[in-house]
This record gives sequence, structure tokens and C-alpha cells, in this order.
Amino acid sequence: MPSDLIHEYMRIDHLPQIWCAGCGNGVIMRDVAVAIDQLLKDEEYDFDRDDFVIVSGIGCSSRAAGYLDFNSIHTTHGRAIAFATGIKFANPKLKVIVLTGDGDCSAIGGNHLIHAARRNLGLTVICFNNHIYGMTGGQYSPTTPNGDVAATAPYGNVDRPFDIALLATGAGASFSARGDVFHARETTEIIRKAILHDGFSLVDVYSICPTSYGRQNHKGSAVDMLQWQKENLIPTAQFHAMSEQARAGKKEIGILAFNDYPEYTDEYAKVIEACRKQTGGKGRN
Amino acid sequence: MAKAVLMQGNEAAVEGALAAGMRFFAGYPITPSTEIAEKCALRLPQVGGKFIQMEDELSSMAAILGASAAGYKTMTATSGPGFSLMQENLGYGMMAEIPCVIVNVQRAGPSTGLPTSPSQGDYMQARWGTHGDHPVIAFSPSSVLETYTLIIRAFNLSEKYRTPVIFLMDEIVGHMREGVVLPDPNKLKINPRKTSFHDGAHKKCYYVPEGAFVPSMKPFGQGERYNVTGLVHDESGFPVNNSAIADKLISRLLSKIDDHVDDIVRVEEYQMEDADTAIVCFGGTARAAMDAIEAARAQGMRVGMFRPITVWPFPEKPLKARLPQLKRILMVEHNHGQMLLEVRRAVSGAVPVDFLGRIDGTVISPAEILANLNEKEAN
Amino acid sequence: MVGLKRLVVEPLWCKGCGICAAFCPRGVLEIEKGKVRVAALERCVFCGQCELRCPDYAIYLVNDEE
Repeated sequence: MPSDLIHEYMRIDHLPQIWCAGCGNGVIMRDVAVAIDQLLKDEEYDFDRDDFVIVSGIGCSSRAAGYLDFNSIHTTHGRAIAFATGIKFANPKLKVIVLTGDGDCSAIGGNHLIHAARRNLGLTVICFNNHIYGMTGGQYSPTTPNGDVAATAPYGNVDRPFDIALLATGAGASFSARGDVFHARETTEIIRKAILHDGFSLVDVYSICPTSYGRQNHKGSAVDMLQWQKENLIPTAQFHAMSEQARAGKKEIGILAFNDYPEYTDEYAKVIEACRKQTGGKGRN
Repeated sequence: MAKAVLMQGNEAAVEGALAAGMRFFAGYPITPSTEIAEKCALRLPQVGGKFIQMEDELSSMAAILGASAAGYKTMTATSGPGFSLMQENLGYGMMAEIPCVIVNVQRAGPSTGLPTSPSQGDYMQARWGTHGDHPVIAFSPSSVLETYTLIIRAFNLSEKYRTPVIFLMDEIVGHMREGVVLPDPNKLKINPRKTSFHDGAHKKCYYVPEGAFVPSMKPFGQGERYNVTGLVHDESGFPVNNSAIADKLISRLLSKIDDHVDDIVRVEEYQMEDADTAIVCFGGTARAAMDAIEAARAQGMRVGMFRPITVWPFPEKPLKARLPQLKRILMVEHNHGQMLLEVRRAVSGAVPVDFLGRIDGTVISPAEILANLNEKEAN
Repeated sequence: MVGLKRLVVEPLWCKGCGICAAFCPRGVLEIEKGKVRVAALERCVFCGQCELRCPDYAIYLVNDEE
């Protein structure tokens, strides 16, 4: 028997998930479930569980859609945000959450990420960023650090990596944040705020991949990789209290960009309204 | 009394789609289909619908599938290069059984080709463009009025068979302007989304009862929680790696079309009653063929036209039914011989099948067709 | 007032990654033959670190008060 939370929000017939031992994705997936649970139980908001739609692409991350017991759609590689755009724009009442990976959303799907950020359509994109192509066996992704070894970078990665949260910020995202597996409670709260945000929101969540990334780069066990996150990924308040020197090599966990931009479906609703007025209050067919 | 209006083929595609209930369009501008996007941008918000210009054709196709999963009748429009980019998600729509209509106003290819020139070079791509064994329904109109009525049928069959339908136009019809009298919208038959015979248990969204051929899950947000995937999936919509389930699923996807070919296939037969020679053609090419037939008949030749309106599945049965009366078939198409392969396959050598094609981006003229008929007649 | 809590293990879901045992502040858990084992329940303070960190939902606390 699983815990009440897992029983309530996951398709338990399909658990345990296919992810490797020590993979961080399970924690991120639960963070999403906890954030939704909090919103559904919060009397301040009027969310309906059936209004949540989970959209995923392809890769390790994207198997999450199948496990979460909501409306869910596991799409093609890189296109989750584009499918989600169609779902959200068609029915703005739906709370559309995209679960994607670093390859899915910043390599093959990078174009959709930046354009969704630019449009400010009310999607929540949660990137399970394990810094590698895990499902195909450890090839370098756009977030694999420079110099790291990968199945397709046997001499070390010469690519310079993306910082996905900053990429989204640069593309005009009204909400951009970074989370990780170790800081699960903080990350859950960031995800909750991202879902509440009226506009495009991105949370780049650092996962851990001991099997396809950790092993080739001598990062130790899953435990060692979580320890690294504990020491090097620092929640906002703490991060800002640190000296410039102490911050070296460390990254901030928290909301990095927060802006109140007009939301796309709201803006388009105004277009429809204006057209209706022009055509005498009723649509001409 | 309905009035005649002057309308372009691309415009008729939009007006027909709106009449069919299309309320969501996602697309990316590309010649010679661009007027469809422009017209949708103008017309959709007037009827409470949604238009979005996406960042490319990959996302356009994805967005219409997403919007369809949310319950909308959706459409995109493109031309060759964009159609190539849509292929992966087109296959997704077939696998996940999501209705939608994809308009391809063909241009001469390959690659960027001749953007403003007519071609029918995507005929085989419409059938085999996406990978794997998959079902295909594709229609090709040959006039502005037919564009209007046929795209309504494209939406209807897309809903009936829960599959993307390809609307294979060509630049001739897309950019042609004709006076048309549109049918009374109240008299049109419109198929709504099938959401009827579901057993209510969200875990079996892809359940297909005895006697039915497609599942009938409700759109997202209407109280059923289910999973959709492009992976081989069981009746609950969950991915499985099981050869028996894979065989059952793919077989059903194929047979839902194969078993209903008579319902799907439509042809036009023009002056075929006494014909001993049939010109087979589709789309805009029929315009020249009909002109050539008039001229040939004036010269005493017994020529008719056999025009597949449903181009996929290929109308094999109606063509075979004409074979006993025929001495010769002339396949005329704006490509290097694509439907020709289907015709020859169907005819199986029973009648000689000749070919007149064109790949230079210009239009095949009635005179050329007539010359070809005369040449054979003389031999 | 802390309710009466119980530590539950779902061995079928455990992949033996060792995260729970490593982050347990009281050394309650150990990995044996690739599965988690509650080795010293008497030391457990029901802090929930194991549940929070287990990526496979194979260990969790139940509040029996409800």
C-alpha cells in the first residue's frame, strides 16, 4: 500500500516507475503532486482536479505524465510545450502543466520554450533537468557542463551549456525559477507558486542521474549527488546573504524572474470580444 | 435565394472549415497556403474561435492536436516544406486517434522548390510521409465550391474515424477564384465528436466496444482522467511493450479505414458511360482534363474522366469496375508519376496505362492532353 | 502534540538506492540485499526525511491518529 498522497494522485497500478535506482525524477514528480494537492485543498482557490492537464514530451522526465492520475498526454520529442499551447489556448480554464527534460525543452524543443515564454501563455513548464540524455544512455544535452564526459563526448564536452531558467528569463518569461531534488519542500513551494502564476512559468528543477550522468563523471552515488545539491544549490534568502566569494560555483534555488505581463489567452479573449462587438454581438458563420 | 460569391480556393477551405465547426487554427505562413492562415486570423475570433501563429510547422501540428484533445475541431494549413515538418506529429495524431484536418496546398518540390507554382508532388507523401504502418484519409478538391463542401466532409470523417484527415489541395485550386453559390449552412451534415459509448471508467479511455471501430473518450477537462500517448498503448491509454497488444492496436488503426473504404471513397466520373478511354486525374488537373475531353469528343473520341476525390485510400474498386469498357487509361498529374503507381497496381495490366505528367511548375494544358489522346488514336 | 505515527515500507517499490538510509538523522534504516530495512525502529523520531527523499515512494509515515 502506498501513502495516501501517492494513492490519491498516481496511477499506482503502474508503479514502481521505470526510472533507475536513485533517479531524482520520482521526487520531482511527487513535488508536483504535493503542489497540486495543496492547491486543491486550499479554500482560497477554486481548482477542480479535472482541470489539471499534465503534458509531457519524450525522455526519462516525460514518463511522469503516465504515472500522474490527471488528464495526461505524453507527446512527441520536444513538442510538449507546443501541444500544451494548443490545449491551454483552446480551453484557458485548464491548468496545463508541462513535464519535460533538459533535452526535450532546450535542445529539440528549445524553439517552443522561448516562444511560449515570449507569448506568456499560462502554462507551467517543469523541467526535470538531469544534465544528460538518460533514456538513450548518457549522451550530452544542452545542459551538460562543459568538460563533462558523455557517451557522445568521450573526450569531454566542448559545448557550452544553457542555464534553462536564465534562458527562459531572457526569452521574456514572466515567471522563471530554479529548484532541485534535495530542496524538495522549497521546490514544491516554487512549483505551487508557478502553477498559481497567471502567465507562463518555468521551473528548472535539477534532478540527479546517478546511472547515465553520475557514473561516467565519477559523481558517486545518488546520495553523493544529493549531498552535492545540498552544498551547492542554495535557497534564495541564504544565497543572497552569502558573499560574492562564497557564491562561487554555487547556484540559487528560488524564483529568479517574476513579472506581471498580460497573459496570452486573456489578450486573445479581448480580440474575440472586440470582434463580437463589431459583428453586432453575434458570430457570423 | 443564395447569391453567388467570388471566392478563392484557399478562402473556401476556411469558410467550409468554419461551417464544419472548426474553431481552432494553428499555423505558420507558407506560400501558397498563406491566405488560409490570414483568413482564419480574420474570421475565427468573429465566431468565438481561436487563431494562433506558431513558431513553425512542428508546433502548429502539435498545437492543433492539443486543442483537439481539449475538444475543439482544429485545422492547420501548409505547403510542402511545412508538410514535411508536420509528419511526425501527424503520425502521433493517427496513433493517439485525435481528429484534425491538415491542409496541404501543394507547391512544386522537392525542398523549397517553386513556391508559387502548382504541383501534385506530395501525393505519395500524404500516404507515406509519416513513419510506420498507419491509416490515411486524404481528399483532393478540384474546384472552389468542392473545396468548401469537401473540407466539411474531411472534418466529418476525421471525427467519425478519429484520425487526422489530409486535405490535399494544389496551387491551381488554392489560388483560383470562382463564382460559387455556397450551400445553406442549415442543411449541412456535421459530425460532432464521438463521446457517447464510453463506459465511464477513466482507465479504459481507449476501450472500443463490439461493433464500434474507434474509442470515444471525452475531451480533457470533462471529468474523465486518462492518458494519451504515441507509444503503443493498452485500452487504458498507458504505454505497454507487448506484441499482442501492439498487433491488436495497429491492426485496428488500419482496419478502421480499410474496413470502411466504401464509406470513405468518393470519385467523380465524367462522361464515363460510353468511354473507352479514361483520363485519371485529381485536384486542379481535372480542369484541363475536362476541357480536353470536350475537344476530344468533338473529334469523335470516346473519352471520359475518372477523378478520385478521395485520393487515399485509392479508389481501387470503382476504377476496377470501369475496366471492362476501357481500352486505355491516361494518367494525368502534376508530378513524375505518383498516382500512376496506384492506378497501375489497381489495373494490374488489364488495360494499358499511359502517363502525362509535369514537374516544371507549369500547368498541363488541355491542348497537351488532347495531343496525347490524338497521338494514341493515330497509332 | 505529535500524533501516533507509524513507519511503513513498501519493499516491492524499493530499488535499494540507499537515499533514505543516508539521510535518516537517527540511523534507523539500512539497505540489505538491495532493499530498505527498518533496523532500529526505536530510534525513529518520525521526522519524515525518508519519505521526503525516497524517489520511489517506498517508505512513508502514517498518522494513526486519524
